Parts: sequence; structure tokens; C-alpha cells
Amino acid sequence: MRTLIFLLRKEFKQIFRDKAILAIIFVMPSVQLIVMPLAANYEVKKINLAVVDNDKSTYTQKLISQITSSGYFRLQSYNASYDQAYEAIKSDNADLILEIPQRFERNLVRENKEKIFIAVNAINGTKANLGGAYLSTIISNFNNDIRMKLTVGSRFSQAPTIEIVSSNWFNVHMNYRLFFVPGILALLVTLVGSFLTALNIVREKEVGTIEQINVTPIKKHYFILGKLIPFWVLANVIFTIGLLLGRLVYGIIPAGNIGLLYLFVGVYLLAALGFGLLISTFAETQQQAMLIMFFFMMVFILMGGLFTPIESMPQWAQIITKFNPVRYFIEVMRMVILKGSTLRDVASQFVAVIVFAVILNSWAILNYKKTN
Amino acid sequence: MQNNKSDATEKVIVCKDLTKRFGDFIAANEITFDVYKGEIFGFLGANGAGKTTAMRMLCGLSVPSSGHALVAGYDVYKQTEDIKKKIGYMSQKFSLYEDLTILENIEFFGGIYGLTRKEIKEKGRSLIEKLDLQSEAKKLVASLPLGWKQKLSFSVAVLHDPKIVFLDEPTGGVDPITRRQFWDLIYEASARGITIFVTTHYMDEAEYCDRISIMVDGKIEVLDTPSNLKRNFKSTSMDEVFYQLARSAKRSD
Amino acid sequence: MKQFLVFVRKEFYHVLRDKKTLLILFGMPVVQILLFGFALTNEVKDSPIIVVDYARDVASQSIITRLGASQYFKLKRNVLSQKEIIESFRDGKIKAAVVFPDHFNEDLEHMNKAQVQIIADASDPNTATLVTNYVSAIVRDYQSDRTELMAVPYQIIPEVRMLYNPQLLGAPNFVPGVMALVLMLVCVMMTAISIVKEKEMGTMEVLLVSPFQPFLVILSKAIPYIALSLVNLGAILSLSAFLLELPVKGSLLLLIGESTLFIICCLSLGILISIKAKSQQVAMMISLVGMFLPTVLFSGYMFPIENMPLPLQIISNVVPSKWYYIIVKSVMIKGVGFMYIWKETLILIGITTVFLWVSLKSFKIRLE
Repeated sequence: MRTLIFLLRKEFKQIFRDKAILAIIFVMPSVQLIVMPLAANYEVKKINLAVVDNDKSTYTQKLISQITSSGYFRLQSYNASYDQAYEAIKSDNADLILEIPQRFERNLVRENKEKIFIAVNAINGTKANLGGAYLSTIISNFNNDIRMKLTVGSRFSQAPTIEIVSSNWFNVHMNYRLFFVPGILALLVTLVGSFLTALNIVREKEVGTIEQINVTPIKKHYFILGKLIPFWVLANVIFTIGLLLGRLVYGIIPAGNIGLLYLFVGVYLLAALGFGLLISTFAETQQQAMLIMFFFMMVFILMGGLFTPIESMPQWAQIITKFNPVRYFIEVMRMVILKGSTLRDVASQFVAVIVFAVILNSWAILNYKKTN
Repeated sequence: MQNNKSDATEKVIVCKDLTKRFGDFIAANEITFDVYKGEIFGFLGANGAGKTTAMRMLCGLSVPSSGHALVAGYDVYKQTEDIKKKIGYMSQKFSLYEDLTILENIEFFGGIYGLTRKEIKEKGRSLIEKLDLQSEAKKLVASLPLGWKQKLSFSVAVLHDPKIVFLDEPTGGVDPITRRQFWDLIYEASARGITIFVTTHYMDEAEYCDRISIMVDGKIEVLDTPSNLKRNFKSTSMDEVFYQLARSAKRSD
Repeated sequence: MKQFLVFVRKEFYHVLRDKKTLLILFGMPVVQILLFGFALTNEVKDSPIIVVDYARDVASQSIITRLGASQYFKLKRNVLSQKEIIESFRDGKIKAAVVFPDHFNEDLEHMNKAQVQIIADASDPNTATLVTNYVSAIVRDYQSDRTELMAVPYQIIPEVRMLYNPQLLGAPNFVPGVMALVLMLVCVMMTAISIVKEKEMGTMEVLLVSPFQPFLVILSKAIPYIALSLVNLGAILSLSAFLLELPVKGSLLLLIGESTLFIICCLSLGILISIKAKSQQVAMMISLVGMFLPTVLFSGYMFPIENMPLPLQIISNVVPSKWYYIIVKSVMIKGVGFMYIWKETLILIGITTVFLWVSLKSFKIRLE
């Protein structure tokens, strides 16, 4: 126990002496937490529209003005021909072409139907899908308006309609920041905690001080605890800063119990730091440690449900995510902060994280050799 | 230079047929020797002869492939943690924490070896006085010149009065005056009854030892007092003895 | 020149000897392509939803059957109380609830009007938007099927064509992004760290006092990473062609040329970081903040740039990977020629020149 105190004092002194590390610990996550949610937004808005209006009638003008006033589209250019508009797509100036055929208005009235052409740059599938859907909806509304006017009093205006009322719970304004801030905070806490732990130990290896430690009678688990506790404390500090920033900058107040959040973070960090430890036992140089960490973190983040939902993954990928501790943390952060979930709701995640903490740390301790 | 001590019969290191293999490579091949309490035991050999490997096995840093060894009465296979309580170690890589001050390093290593707060304070003070580092005590170790770091490193390694202290090329890259001062520290520790186990390249340092062994290609070729060795090899200096032996070596780095 | 080759060879030894690092450098693009290609999507599939059916009539049952048959949804057990709805959302098991009020069918028949309520879990706004859209579409389908017998006049029929990616796959969007990311990683971070490592170990001074131009010493450290990057580039392109069936549509030569330009740009950034950073940890963190994050955020393959606040949009213009991403998309997916990307190319050249100029300049200052 006394040894542990000496170890802890040494670690804290070293951390607070290294200004670069302090900046990394405190400034970097704060900046990221402020900037990233501003940029992270999947909303499809401001789709650049290239119009080829071969009719130039009152109808087409009305349609185009309805489209531009919807807020989803930005009228980029009027083009004389489809080929000209296609050039705009090729040079990335337009995302979507709307081509109205000649005598559109006349044909619609006389022949009861007329086509309209939409070509979407579909490289980004989601954006194309939603953009196309928005445009179709606007056209269909426009269509209804016209029909109403042309068929006043007839039976068509009285077709049965189902009114769809949608409400968005937990995030009424569909604010993406509400969605991303808890996830990004989870990510930052994980990154800083595990990276620092791994690099710190590998650095002792590189410099050679670890050899000095290995010939002393320090018990393995004390040495490891001496490394874990400081970074556990620091990660908790970062988490607190993050919560405060979320509240001050984005006005996010956890709907659930803050004590529950800290309880979960406390346990989760044991798993995250244990992972850093484990990596440090495999790596010989800092460059290696960093790269290995980077690799796993990338997989953890991509498979953690931060940017794309886990439910959308194929079955095999969903099974992989079960072995990803970051996934549980992101889930719990969102559940507790946004939905006010309780301990009972997140019990399964708790169990998973405890299992991770035990396995990763035991593995690291077994793998950390004082002798070889 | 031989100062045979009274209790020279107590063996602190017993090493028999100790071997370490890395795949096909035999780094240390059935080495056998004893080290007596209080003596200064020189462990010589060219680069790659296997000195460091042998030393790491005795310190409990490396598990032997075969053979037996007792260090301070403890077995190097099963009781490495007990060995570690009884030994001090100074590696060729400088191994104090550069980003801690001198005092903080003393405090840390003292604490790890279970010294009481009072002991750390007293020993630390006398150590700093002895090395004449009073004005540097609160400076980061990184700011010290190499020679001072080495002396400090040694003093920290014997801070807890170990039975044996292992020194792996402790004076590499240090000027002759500092080397002389370093050896004064070694004698002083030896006089306190601490056994010194030291590897070195410098043949003049070999002459300071009570007994020396010379390793060639993983084996101990000779083991005797410096004067006996010179007599047997009909040489006037240890340099010549060493060259005669080293010429037969097949491996080098 | 001969001396230079000697240096380059030494650097290759360093790089090739570290097997763990190599494994990861080559494994990274493969894993990314696999994950993005087969696991990650923002699309909604089998989204768990519940129905709250107070009506239990023909109309509601008919819509529920359609919801259940759709590939987008997986129907969970039905609930009836408000409390149960809230609880199902809380434990994170469902994405939406569809509520049919009493007398749904009756209202529809007699009053020509009825209401369906969709409650979405908007803590994930993207999924919420998609789920709401898909439920609405199914409800509308049902509605038009009901009125099917009546021929509707004055129809505008939109004909939608999806250019470049008719199946709306994820791959055409992310493969160029993965390329930018991996090249950045290898060139910026690895170069910076390996140079700073020599500084830390003191071997840099040995090299700098050799009778060889200092800047070339640094350059020689970068060359193995150029080679590694090109190998990685080849791996990504062949993976995407054979595994994702996404071949290079435009000129391969042009793509390689532009990639080389981007690689040089990244290397100059890596060298610049290595000159400024004092320790590996610092170099690593600067690389992470200075390039990895901006690449993910500002190249446009993850989040649309046009939705960001103006200051961020302006910042995105100095991020090289943004321009490289546009170039790759154009050449690889759209198959257009140099005429369409000369502007982006010019900007990349400009950024590279600035990086090189600044690093040359600060390097001289350091030596004096």
C-alpha cells in the first residue's frame, strides 16, 4: 500500500511537469468537443439544383419557386440543355438536375399526365435518396394544388386522406448536436485515457526506466495500479469538463441521473485504460503503440455506433460490435443524457463493461512481464 | 588491490551451469562461479560475449534456460521477487527519471524499497551531501551532466543497503576523473559489506576488482584475481590478458 | 545522388524491420474498406418499431401488415399504454412507435380523413428522419391503393435517375475518403514521428553533421513512406475494384498523378510538424489534431460541408484532403478528365508549396 502511494506521487508529478501532455489532456478534448459537433450534421439541406426549363410557363415558374422556397434546395443555375446541366454535375457545381420537358403545362392539361425528369448525383447515396425524395414530395404537393384548382368541386378533391402526424421524442428540434455531443465526449474520454496509458508505459520501456522498476520488489499489480489510477482520475476530469462544456456551449443537460453517469464512466474507464495497458505490453516503441492504438480505436469508433447506427449493420457486424467496449459507452451516454434512462435500463451495458474491465486488465497483468 | 574481507567465505551468489538460449543462439553457456560477501567481482567480456544476459538472469529480469543459481540465498527461478528485495541494480542505460528532481527520485526509489519516511530523509540528505549536490537537489535530473547522473544513479541503487549491487557498464562515456570518483563510491559501499558485481570494458577498472571473470562467446574462460591472471598469462597488464583471450572469440556485435 | 540512395536505403531498413508497424499500415486500409463496404451504413434496415393499435380495424391491420413486410422495419410486441411506450424507448430497444387512434377505419370512410401518429426516437435524428419518411411512405401507399380505382387526372410523373451510383451504395462515397485518410496517416503521422524519433534519440545530430545537405537527410526519411503510400493506394484501388466492384472509371494515370501530388503535400506537412515538435508524443498529437480530425470532418465524405457554420466552411478550404477527395471522386467515380479538376489540382499545388516553403524556412532557422 505504501509502495502504491510512492508510485502515485511519482506519476502525478511527471504528468503535471509535462506541459505538452497537460495541453493534450485538457485543451485538445475541449477544442474538439466544441468544434466537432458544429461540423457533425447529417441533415440534407442546401442541395444545389440545376434547372433545365424547356417550357418556361407559369406552371414551371411556380414549381421552381416552390422548390427553392422549401429550404432544401439552392438554385444553382438555369441551363439551356440537359448536357449543359450535366456539366455542372461533373464539375461538382450541382447535385441535382430538374429537367422540365417542352410544352409541359399544355401536355399536363390536355393529356392529363406529363413527365418530369430528375437526375441526382448519387455518389453520396443517403444524400441523393433524401434529395430525390424531397423533390418528389414538393412536386407531388404542387401536383395536388394544380389538381385541386382544375377540379374544384369534383369527387377527386374528396379522396380519403390519412393525415400523418409525426413527433420527435427526446430531441424535439431534431438537433444533431444533441445526438453527437454525448457520443463525441465518450470518444474523447476513451481516446485520451487509453492513448495516454499505453504511451506512458511504452515510454518507460523506450527510455529504460522500466528496467529499473523491474529489478525492484514492486508488485506487478501495484505498478499497474500506479499507472491506472492517475489516468483514471484525469479521464474523469476530462469527462467533467466535457459535461460542463456540453451544458455551457450546447445547453445539454443530462435528462438522467448524473451519479449514474459517473458510476458508469468509472467502471468503463477501467476497461478503456486496461486496453491501453494491454497494448503497452505488446508494443516496444511509442510509434508502434500509437499505431496499434490508432488501428483499434478506428475500428472501435466506426463499429461503435457513433456515426452510423448499429441496427443498420448486417448481422455479422452487429455481433462484432458486442465485443467493442466503446459501443456500450456511447449507448449509455446517449440513453442517460438524452432519454433519462435509469440503472435498470442500462444494466446489460454495465455487465458487459465490467466483463471487459476484468478481462482486459487480467490479460494485461498476465502479459506484463517483469522477467522474460 | 586485494582486500580479502574476514567473512569471505559466505557465498552471496552461487551460479552453476547457468544457460540462456534465444532460439539457436546460446547467449550464456553453462556459466559457473561463486561470489563471496563483500567482494568486488568484475565481470568482463567483449561486446556480445553474454555479460548482460548473465547479469539479467541473476537480477531476476530474465529466466534461465537451464542450470542453477542462488542470489542472496534465493533461487533465480522461483524467488525472483525475494532476490529483488536484496539487490540494487544500475543499468547501462541511465535509469533514473529525468523528469523528476534528484530529491523526488530518491524519495521514489527509497519508498519502493520500503524505507521509512525518516530513513529516506536521512539517507537522502547524507547522499546529497556526499555527492556535493546540495544546490542541485531540487533540479530535474535531466539537467545534470552525465557523470553526476551516474554517481547519483549508483548512490540510489545502494540507498536501501542491498546485499549485492549489480552494475552494468556503469562508467560508460564518463571522464577519467569522474570514473575515479565513481570507484571511490564503489569501495565505500564494499566497505559497508555490500557485494559489488560489475561489468566493464575498461581494463584499468578490472584491476580495481578483487576477482574477475572473463567471458568469451557465452562461456567463462578464466576466473581469478587480477594478479594471478597476469602471472598465468605472463602479462604485465590486464589489457594483454584480455586481448589474448578475446582473440579467440568468434562472435562480436 | 549516390549518397542520397545510401540514406534512402537505411530508411527502408528501418521501416521494413518493424513488422508490427508494417502489418498495421497495410491492414488499416483493408479493414477500413471492409468495414465501410460491408458493415457501415446510414441506411435504415430492420429498424425495431412498435405499433400502438387502438383501432384494431381493417385499415390499421392492413397498414401494420405492410409495415411488418417492409425490409425497413422489424415489428416488436404491441403495447397499449403511454407508460409502456415511454419505457420501450428508454431501454433503447425501439426506434419508433406508430399509433392508430380509435375508429381509424370509420373516420377514414365516413369523414374522408383519419390520423396516424408516428413517434420517433429523435435522440438519433438521422434514423428518426429516415424511419418517419419510410413509415409515411407506407401509409401513403396504402392510401393511394385505397383510391386506386379512381383514375386521378393531371398527373405529374417524376422520373428519377440516380447518376453514377444507381443502387445508392455507400462505397462510391467513402472509398475516396478512405484513400485520403490512409495516405494522410502514413505520410503525415509516420513521417513526422520517425523524424522526431531520430531527434529524440540524438541520431539526428549525427546525420546533420554528415557532409550531406540536411534537408535531403530529412527528405530521405520521407521516401520509404512515399513507397508505402503508393502500395497502399494500389491495395485500396484493387480492393475496391474486385471486392466492391467499383473500378476506376477515369484515367488511372491521372488518378495516380493526383495521388502523388497529395502524397507530397502530406509529406511536406509531416516534415513541417517534425521540425516543430520536440517529442514523439507531441508530434503524434499535432498530427492527430492537425490532420486526422480535419480529414474526417472537412473532406466532406462523412458530413456535408455546406451544412456547417460559415467559419468551419472557410477553414475546410485549407484542408488538403477536401480537395483530394473531390479530385478522387471526379476521376474515379464520375470518370471525368483533368479539365474538370484543374482548379482543385492548382489549390493542392498551392498548399503543398506553402508547406514546403515554411518547413524549408523553419529548418534553416533551426540550424543557425
